[in-house]
Amino acid sequence: MHILVCIKQVPDSAQIRVHPVTNTIMRQGVPAIVNPYDLYALEEALRLKDRYRARVTALCMGPPQAEAALRKALAFGADEAILLTDRAFAGADTLATSYALSAAIRQVHKGLPVDLVFAGKQTIDGDTAQVGPGIATRLDMQLLTYVSKIVSLDPAAREIVVHRRSEGGVQVLKTQLPALITVLEGINEMRFASLTDMLRAERHALALWSKDDAHIDDATKIGLKGSPTAVSKVFAPTPTNRRAEIIETQSGQPIDLAATLVAKLFSNRPDVALAINPSPTPDGSSL
Amino acid sequence: MSEHFDAIVVGAGPAGNSAAYTLARAGLKVLQIERGEYSGSKNVQGAILYSDALERIIPDFREDAPLERHVIEQRMWVLDDESYIGGTYRSADFSKPPYNRYTIIRSQFDRWFSKKVRDAGALVVCETTVLDLHMDGHRVVGVRTDRENGSVYADIVILADGVNSLLARKAGFHGELKPKDVALAVKEIHFLPEQTIEDRFNVKGTEGVVIEMAGKITQGMVGTGFLYTNKESVTIGVGCLLSDFKKSKIAPYVLLERMKAHPAIRPLLEAGEMKEYTAHLIPEGGYNAIPAVYGDGWLMVGDAGMFVNAVHREGSNLAMTTGRLAAETIIDLKARGKPMTARNLAAYRKALDESFVMKDMKKYKNVPSVMDKNRQFFTDYPHLVSHAAHTLLTVDGMDKKTKERAIRQEFTRTRSRFGLFADAFKLWRAFE
Repeated sequence: MHILVCIKQVPDSAQIRVHPVTNTIMRQGVPAIVNPYDLYALEEALRLKDRYRARVTALCMGPPQAEAALRKALAFGADEAILLTDRAFAGADTLATSYALSAAIRQVHKGLPVDLVFAGKQTIDGDTAQVGPGIATRLDMQLLTYVSKIVSLDPAAREIVVHRRSEGGVQVLKTQLPALITVLEGINEMRFASLTDMLRAERHALALWSKDDAHIDDATKIGLKGSPTAVSKVFAPTPTNRRAEIIETQSGQPIDLAATLVAKLFSNRPDVALAINPSPTPDGSSL
Repeated sequence: MSEHFDAIVVGAGPAGNSAAYTLARAGLKVLQIERGEYSGSKNVQGAILYSDALERIIPDFREDAPLERHVIEQRMWVLDDESYIGGTYRSADFSKPPYNRYTIIRSQFDRWFSKKVRDAGALVVCETTVLDLHMDGHRVVGVRTDRENGSVYADIVILADGVNSLLARKAGFHGELKPKDVALAVKEIHFLPEQTIEDRFNVKGTEGVVIEMAGKITQGMVGTGFLYTNKESVTIGVGCLLSDFKKSKIAPYVLLERMKAHPAIRPLLEAGEMKEYTAHLIPEGGYNAIPAVYGDGWLMVGDAGMFVNAVHREGSNLAMTTGRLAAETIIDLKARGKPMTARNLAAYRKALDESFVMKDMKKYKNVPSVMDKNRQFFTDYPHLVSHAAHTLLTVDGMDKKTKERAIRQEFTRTRSRFGLFADAFKLWRAFE
């Protein structure tokens, strides 16, 4: 069993500032972290590794400094780490990124067949949730998104059963390997690496892959050239100065609170009040 | 199976990084262990980088280190409630490379330094806390971390774990920190466009200004304030003795808020957007507070050894220098095949004594206690000198001789003639 985990290095969004003049993200000085959702994916892969003696390869596309993200994956227990890094990848949108990552996965597959690919449900910087499904489509893999639990894996029958969170509830799905799974946050709790693993990770020789190593011949499919997404405008919404108001009533009963709230809302928006109820009593209690 | 290293460095601040870098460059097998997420994540400083100390470790640091502005002007302000009196030194000479001082942002600078340490060949492990030292009798032989299989061993352990060196205290190398020996400093970084900084501080390009402040801003506590210009931000902060904060019951952030509201300071920060707020302890006990800095199998560097020159606001350069000297001592012993015994490591203390580090620490060894016992320097004098200037500079028909007499009388009324002489003498003795 060979599991590949896609991880991305992202700026820690909790510490991001927006440039007050240009409205662009000020990356300078913002620490880079592993996309938190990807850590759930990694841990899930490592749990399968522990159970089925699988081999785990971490794959990351990014600038050379993204090495730190892969070292973290190694410390947690990944066996191999590949950093797909090439100036030609710069400016990639989700389409170009999934193209490059699929190409790399194809090369990994040639060395040791990949049975499962894991990814986080989305990244915290782009929030698109498109790259995982993009890879599955390009590699013609079964796609399971928003997975909240892996129920069972049968390596012999090459079958996996998962819980998938959907809007209406939880779906129990069974599919054939190879499959790509994007996991939800909270599916597991990340382990604490041992010091031995930390030292191993620091010493591990990372595989640095250029576009040629990933056998990408068509340069129009990657980087800025391969990215049809265009950012037309970046703007910060004007902050509003409205303050929250706490409504209190003497009785404290929900029904009184509701009536007071409705009356307040209607007094702020008489047009709405009129549209809902053309002849309300002054305190709105006709509702 | 636990590994054995030539040296383990605990902590990745300027002292630890300097030691680890120097050792690794010399080909020693070095492990550096840092508690924070990355080097710099827990480190706080004003911050001014003094080129000299770093140059002796990484001569070409200017090529890629993240530097903000080089300092061409230093202002020294003594503040009264609504006014300040001060001096400025500005020189075009400071704008000739190589520059002598830079403002830096530590989280960026430390990460750069840490990369140099890795590139030099040291193994750096972050997010790992050293809990204990492993002892063999009196000799330190390794450390125990909070991770599984968390013990590692080395010929020597360098304690670079900062002002609150829990490790050293646990091992009994020094006692509990005394509140009078540490300052608590708080600072904020305010974002301002480059153009605004250039206009407001009369600088261009990467030129920068430093303002050191003393007086009423510390509300009678022993301490100072500062304002530094970065590329696109201004750092402002204030630090006072922890014992004074305890006594005055003034919250540090309140002190900083009041300082920012001072009529001389407020316009400098106007329209800025606060980017970060940090607080840290600074060891300011001076020479007399320095603990034993070496023993069998261990050395202490940087803030852990209380190496801060509070008078000149120097700390990181002492940290780097002590880190380098510790490493050089170890490299030398290693080369001569000598064991890391206290006897042999005494060479580190000797190197410190011969360097500017101990000479400066010694020079100002009485300053902390003189300041502690003479609060007039933080209360009466700022008001007196500022009021004297006000009297002299107000043109109101009064003749100058009368003005001078009024000023003299105010001085003697506040401090008495003997008091004035005594204060001058105390200052001279403390700073001599």
